[in-house]
Amino acid sequence: MTTRTAAGISDAVRSGELSAAEVLEEHLGEIERREPEIHAFNTVTVETAREAARGIDAAVAAGEDPGPLAGVPVALKDNLCTRGVETTCSSRILTGWKPPYDATVVTRLVDSGAVPVGKTNMDEFAMGSSTENSANGPTLNPHDTSRVPGGSSGGSAAAVAAGFAPLALGSDTGGSIRQPAALCGVVGVKPTYGLVSRLGLIAFASSLDQVGPFARDVRDAALLLETIAGHDPGDSTSLTDPVPELTGSLHRGVEGMRVGLVTEMMGEGISADVAARTRAAAEALADAGASVGEVSVPAVSYGLTAYYLVAPAEASSNLARYDGVRYGLRVEASTTAEMMEATRTAGFGDEVKRRIMLGTYALSAGYFDAFYGKALKVRTLIREDFAKAYERFDVLLSPTSPTTAFGLGELTADPLAMYFNDVCTIPTNLAGHPAMSVPFGTGADGLPVGVQVLAPALGEAEMFRCAKVLEDAAAGLSDPTAAGAAK
Amino acid sequence: MSIDTERWEVVVGLEVHAELATRTKMFCGAPNSFGGDPNTHIDPLTLGLPGSMPVLNEHAVELAIRVGLALGCTVQPSTFARKNYFYPDLPKDYQISQYDRPINVDGSLELPSGKVIGIERAHLEEDTGKSTHVGGGGRIHDAGHSIIDYNRAGVPLLEIVGRPDIRNAEEARSYVTELRAILVAVGASDGKMEEGSLRVDCNVSVRPRGSDELGTRCEIKNVNSLRSLGRAIDYEAARQVDLIEAGEAVRQQTRHWNEDDGRTHTLRSKEEADDYRYFPEPDLVELDPGQEWIERVRASLPVLPAQRRHRLATAAGVELERTALLVERGLDELCLATIDAGADPERTLTHAEHNLSDERATGIDPRGFAQLVSMETGGQLTATQAKTVLAEMVDSGEDPESIASRLGFEAMDSTELESIVDGLIESNPDEWQRFCEGDQKITGFFVGQVMKATRGQADGKVVTSLLNSRRG
Repeated sequence: MTTRTAAGISDAVRSGELSAAEVLEEHLGEIERREPEIHAFNTVTVETAREAARGIDAAVAAGEDPGPLAGVPVALKDNLCTRGVETTCSSRILTGWKPPYDATVVTRLVDSGAVPVGKTNMDEFAMGSSTENSANGPTLNPHDTSRVPGGSSGGSAAAVAAGFAPLALGSDTGGSIRQPAALCGVVGVKPTYGLVSRLGLIAFASSLDQVGPFARDVRDAALLLETIAGHDPGDSTSLTDPVPELTGSLHRGVEGMRVGLVTEMMGEGISADVAARTRAAAEALADAGASVGEVSVPAVSYGLTAYYLVAPAEASSNLARYDGVRYGLRVEASTTAEMMEATRTAGFGDEVKRRIMLGTYALSAGYFDAFYGKALKVRTLIREDFAKAYERFDVLLSPTSPTTAFGLGELTADPLAMYFNDVCTIPTNLAGHPAMSVPFGTGADGLPVGVQVLAPALGEAEMFRCAKVLEDAAAGLSDPTAAGAAK
Repeated sequence: MSIDTERWEVVVGLEVHAELATRTKMFCGAPNSFGGDPNTHIDPLTLGLPGSMPVLNEHAVELAIRVGLALGCTVQPSTFARKNYFYPDLPKDYQISQYDRPINVDGSLELPSGKVIGIERAHLEEDTGKSTHVGGGGRIHDAGHSIIDYNRAGVPLLEIVGRPDIRNAEEARSYVTELRAILVAVGASDGKMEEGSLRVDCNVSVRPRGSDELGTRCEIKNVNSLRSLGRAIDYEAARQVDLIEAGEAVRQQTRHWNEDDGRTHTLRSKEEADDYRYFPEPDLVELDPGQEWIERVRASLPVLPAQRRHRLATAAGVELERTALLVERGLDELCLATIDAGADPERTLTHAEHNLSDERATGIDPRGFAQLVSMETGGQLTATQAKTVLAEMVDSGEDPESIASRLGFEAMDSTELESIVDGLIESNPDEWQRFCEGDQKITGFFVGQVMKATRGQADGKVVTSLLNSRRG
């Protein structure tokens, strides 16, 4: 498999050492070889990718600089709008829909010289933790195809792990970038809410959704985040703050940095090998000069409950527009109301329907205060408890996912067990803070383990420095990124 | 239909939706303009395409603040919420509106009568598209098919919620007229009811006179003109009184006004009402205009109709109600300046009321107008001559003295007038006989003849008193 980094590709393409076309063909070859087995993509855009690569090469030949991601293939989660390219959220209800515009993040990628290679599989409308809730069938974990890649951005995580592209974009509402990154042994980042534009990201839960990068190493993830981050006047929730400097400060290490291991995320339900890896990560940071301690963030215990009120509530409203009237699937019926009902019945999968019903109930007259209103109070509590923790620590540390990759079909019959996968990642979304997963060795089953670095709002620079130290320390442990190696 | 107002009191509260006169829509760059081919004023957000996001139109906010301040509201930091319901002309199947924190609260509106109607709130929201249901009964549930025009979807609306302080149809019409005048005065809306720029929902209840409890109300939709508004209120109040007098209860309902049969019909009952599942709109942030912006808007507001009425009433020393028409026709500034230039207030207002219906009248020189009024009160011109000169002033912009002299208007010598009257009595003995017998109608004949003989220069009142003195 190809193991080139995005930074390496960009340098080589900009200097004329390598052509974007060559880079692309290498990756398309890898896709041809393993995609039938992995099923990371809903659509591979071979022709438009080749055209884009030719454009990059022509620019280089003309003495122009195509940008910091020159010629770098990138996979896009299928909930990011791409002009003229089918964008489905892995749902029957959007099958065949081609947006008339690119998401802001896609525009920024293309403007930086990146070459989009396709749209990746996901849990339908980003609802799930295994990519099994896809109308197109599941994506398999490149490390072990009897296992799930995690979700909901399982296709993007698998694409990077399998070497289909050095970079991918996903979206993270409750852990949908970090958990699959952990399970696939790659780096995954959920940025500060508002750091990356959501314009053109098909909404699941708008107050929690955030677009973020997948990469095989920390530097590439930083490079990708720097490319897509920054104010977008088209997204009213987009921050106007300057983007934290990431790639330029990676080398600064963690000397003197205060790192807190979150006790609530190390207890019940976290498998022993994952907990052990997380402790080992804390030690590695201490060895690199950080001062490491334990910290309690009590309110995170209510995170899962609050999340399963807020996210479904917003989803029930965000997904109302799929009514068969203007675009996507329409199932004909004799009246408008019947047409809407038949369309939604046929178009949505079970998990989506489950969450629409949960959310509708949580917002109903007479229940708002008891459910949605209470969940908003929990969000405030979580923010307050994190704020207290960040008075004493610069970054926090926890497992990303309670376990390594689980088997296909293992949790599909038990939604609550599936929901528990996001117990460590959800509080970050509720707080609007950044967090990232970085591979740190393997579990007892030989599968990748990810540890999560959490930071306060706009604390990405410290978070990435910490992740970089962990990455360097993990290099001595094993090679979880070699997912393409013959098994 | 009418009710016994000795026994029953009608209580009305109006919710007025005004389309704001912005260039683009509430949350996107699609044009906000009336008409156009169906589905041409649209963009991804208007259609609720996946991935589209709202960005608040600053001009819509400015206009909302203008109206809020004009209504004496407190302008406060506000938030947007989603009102969720499924309907094909609602592109996202939710409407972005303001719910628990509206931009304007606690204002009032003074009617020309002087009565004050409370304003609970005036909040921003987006409009829906327009559905046409084809076939069946023309309603959504039995139509063969429906077609939708999204041109109007996303147009900014200000919903102005009045308190139930209105007591009859006349007051309701007056309220809407006044509100429209304010909206137009501050430049917030064109106020055209016939184009739907101004839409009125009407809450009606009745109660025994003397009671201070509110009766069960019905909300009436589809009231598309001032005339319908009055008719709908009268009909609905009578319907409710009939129910109560027959021993039945009024049920809380939304009812549809049918202009053709002059009745309201049940649209849905309270039990069938949608649960809108309001929650904070996560795609928008808090709207806090800040004191500086609010004060800048306040400073730029024009003098409002109620202030103008009070100003004129004070200057002219007349009843407040008499000023309403002049303010409505925009003649108050002219009257004020004319009075200020020394003209008799009563004569000034009378001329403005009766002789200045021409649209160009607001442009005449107040000094000239004042001079004309003084010529009349000083006896140099008769009332009829003054009217003629005034019309000529509007037409040509000339000063009254040159017009009067060009037309040969000079005060009649009284002996000359007396001899004309005497001559007419002599040559029309039959008519004179009838006049002497008290036939009032024949007065006009003599006045007309005198006018003819004097080419309109005689004063009709003087002629009448001469005739009376000759009768002896």
